[in-house]
Amino acid sequence: MLRPESEAELSELVAQAAGPLAVQGGGTRIGAPAKDHVGLSASGLSGITLYEPGALTIVVGAGTPLAEVEAALDAEGQRLAFEPMDHRGLLGRVGTPTIGGVVAGNVSGPRRVSVGACRDFLLGVRFVDGQGRIIKNGGRVMKNVTGYDLVKLMAGSFGTLGVLSEVSLKVLPKTEMTNVLCITGLTDQDGVRAMSQALGSPYELTGAAHAPVGPDGEAATVFRLEGFESSVQYRAGKLAGLLGKFGQVEIETDQQKNQNLWQWFRDVRPFHGQGGDVWRISVKPTDGPGVGHALQGAELIYDWGGGLVWAQTKPGFDVRTRLREFQGHATLVRANEATLAKFTTFQPEPAPIAAITAGLRARFDPRDILNPGLMG
Amino acid sequence: MDMPTPDPVVLAKKESLVQRLLSVLPPDAVVHDPVETRAYECDGLAAYKCPPLVAVLPGSTAEVSAVLKICHDMGVPVVPRGAGTSLSGGALPTADSVILGVARLNGVLETDYDNRFIRVQSGRTNLSVTGAVEENGFFYAPDPSSQLACAIAGNIAMNSGGAHCLKYGVTTNNLLGVTMVMMDGSVVEIGGAHLDAGGLDLLGLICGSEGQLGVVTEATLRILPKPEGARPLLIGFNSSEVAGACVSDIIRAGVLPVAIEFMDRPCIRATEAFAKPGYPDCEALLIVEVEGSEAEIDAQLGVIEDIARSHDPVELRASKSEDESARIWLGRKSAFGAMGQINDYMCLDGTIPVSSLPHVLGRISEMSVEYGLDVGNVFHAGDGNMHPLILYDANKPGDLELCEAFGADILKLCVEVGGCLTGEHGVGIEKRDLMPNQYGTDDLEVQLAVKDVFDPGWLLNPAKVFPLDVTQSRRGG
Ligand SMILES: Cc1cc2nc3c(=O)[nH]c(=O)nc-3n(C[C@H](O)[C@H](O)[C@H](O)COP(=O)(O)OP(=O)(O)OC[C@H]3O[C@@H](n4cnc5c(N)ncnc54)[C@H](O)[C@@H]3O)c2cc1C
Repeated sequence: MLRPESEAELSELVAQAAGPLAVQGGGTRIGAPAKDHVGLSASGLSGITLYEPGALTIVVGAGTPLAEVEAALDAEGQRLAFEPMDHRGLLGRVGTPTIGGVVAGNVSGPRRVSVGACRDFLLGVRFVDGQGRIIKNGGRVMKNVTGYDLVKLMAGSFGTLGVLSEVSLKVLPKTEMTNVLCITGLTDQDGVRAMSQALGSPYELTGAAHAPVGPDGEAATVFRLEGFESSVQYRAGKLAGLLGKFGQVEIETDQQKNQNLWQWFRDVRPFHGQGGDVWRISVKPTDGPGVGHALQGAELIYDWGGGLVWAQTKPGFDVRTRLREFQGHATLVRANEATLAKFTTFQPEPAPIAAITAGLRARFDPRDILNPGLMG
Repeated sequence: MDMPTPDPVVLAKKESLVQRLLSVLPPDAVVHDPVETRAYECDGLAAYKCPPLVAVLPGSTAEVSAVLKICHDMGVPVVPRGAGTSLSGGALPTADSVILGVARLNGVLETDYDNRFIRVQSGRTNLSVTGAVEENGFFYAPDPSSQLACAIAGNIAMNSGGAHCLKYGVTTNNLLGVTMVMMDGSVVEIGGAHLDAGGLDLLGLICGSEGQLGVVTEATLRILPKPEGARPLLIGFNSSEVAGACVSDIIRAGVLPVAIEFMDRPCIRATEAFAKPGYPDCEALLIVEVEGSEAEIDAQLGVIEDIARSHDPVELRASKSEDESARIWLGRKSAFGAMGQINDYMCLDGTIPVSSLPHVLGRISEMSVEYGLDVGNVFHAGDGNMHPLILYDANKPGDLELCEAFGADILKLCVEVGGCLTGEHGVGIEKRDLMPNQYGTDDLEVQLAVKDVFDPGWLLNPAKVFPLDVTQSRRGG
């Protein structure tokens, strides 16, 4: 495993690499490296370079443990609003998740539906491309349209365009309190209807999820409200009134319980330690139940108001063929070797888009050494 | 400002070009009379003008595709154009270019409230997107001051922002998908009504690419439910420094206003004379707006007022009525116009870390004395996006050049303190030659390589964004 301690060293290692590199942060996320790839870990590029709570910005080495970033923010009453999931339980991995891994995977949790994804909070990047060149794009300020936005392009590129060395992020204040509204026993269809109604209201939800088999074994549709206490209470009351027609609405105010509940959804906890394939499917929210129906037999969890469907299927089940009629994409997040031999991790793209992707990869990584094969 | 010498080979092809364009477009969609093409000679950066060879106004994605195919075949540069309000010269033609205007593509294709999106043709104006959904209690969040005129196409190309982007983000945070025609005429669909890209985030790359990667003809936009209410608070200070500190404290306190706008004394005075919004005569003024129900607004304004009081404001006025709110915003919204009454002005757009606000404002007023040109500052303080307005006299020889030199110095200062050249107006031609101040050779080379992928012949808006000497070997090569 190569483990550079500085950006300069990283640049040298990549420039001199003779063959494929398996780029990773803490190695806790998507994409199993091929056996003949040399590991390249960014974990040596660690540390907080700059943190200005008054400007809502933090600049950190890409290899910085996520926990270290979160602790620093917590000490100032702030947080990463996009709520990155922890993949370890789902993928059965051990290791230390890094902020670079979060950015490279554009990892975003339930709050994504309202505040945006990791890519929406990413202000700037420094990275080393496939030729070993050190590149910067964006910066540390909130608004920046100077030149092309390679910041967005790097978020979610899974190390295939460059090895991140430093990232700057916009952070937000933590909220004073969380209330969760819950309706039990709804069908997937009604669950999504209720979520559409709630997300279309002015009450500013920061989460809307549905599980046919919820934490207590019953179907649960949950709605999250965050903010100042009086405001949360007001909105909870209003929203409960709005949703009354779908069923009995319970309001949970216990902060610890609420945190656990959303981690359950964020980390898709019921699929942990099981043997099935796990797919992450992004569609138009009202298509969610149709997707669930098309995957009959799969275990399902709906997040983002129905727009994110997590499905656990029996190994080798061909999800993409069954979802042809839906616009969106399906990513294979967990699979055994037999499944990986059958399906690509990422949804194959239409030819014109695939040509652009290939063109970009050829420019950023002409020798095809950065996680080759991972994104097609 | 240099522009490339028009290619005589292209100029000589005008007649056959017009004939071919007329074979795919209705006659009134091809503007080639030199008197009429002058309507497209400039955009919002009116100091620079050049009529195009031809202007076309296609009415469908298919027509856009047909036009681009012809221009691609014939090697003719194309400059996409929305409403022409760019402040950086993004839509400025060259004499050998075809202006491709999307103004006729202004329809609404689909509205979906359950899934909270609208699909429109890209020539639709920003404000009329909100207009199409507001009866149902929704709005489209990015709100550039030019929203009455500017088109979604230009918003996407420039990744435009607005006063309310502190809370709702800029265009890129509200864009879900596009239909785009590549320079060779092929049509691609990127994104859609679902969230996040399946593969690389090409949508994020296209947003803000200033019309250099493809011509956007349709867009899927996120729409949001309207808040129950909104109310601004006006705070006056005796120093810009204290106003800056107050901004920082508000942000830290955990209230997230939808907008924090800043004006300095020259702007306040000009605005007061022009629109009479009833502003106090003070060194610096903040407009802070919060949203929610009446009670929520009261609570948030309470927190903000407490913070403001700890900074000894000379004025603290929470709006008590719709009328008063409108008056508070009226001043801010007419600030550019008010400055324009005094003289010609150049509007800059650098962004700085909020913590550098006092330092940068101080330096700007020193430089104003050195250059002998007045400056007013009005900007989005919550995110450090400054808009210094430098006053000059366009009829006075040398004044524009002086003003540009002053502007360049301010932008270099923005970069020096950790900021950037442009927060929302784009590079265009205006800041093209300053790019090396922010980006090194390799940083720029990667961006050029991106354009190589989308437009290998460098025919789309080729003379923008990057310094001409850096792109020379690619353009027309
Ligand atoms: C008074 C005033 C106030 C302003 N306030 C703000 C503000 O608050 N915030 C802000 O961000 N901006 C502001 N602007 C700047 C300007 O309005 C924005 O940049 C706007 O988005 C430009 O839109 P447009 O349709 O006029 O585009 P144009 O000026 O026509 O073009 C802008 C760019 O978009 C490209 N383009 C146009 N159509 C397409 C297409 N179909 N496909 C690909 N590329 C295309 C052009 O080539 C050009 O590079 C202001 C301008 C004025 C005059």
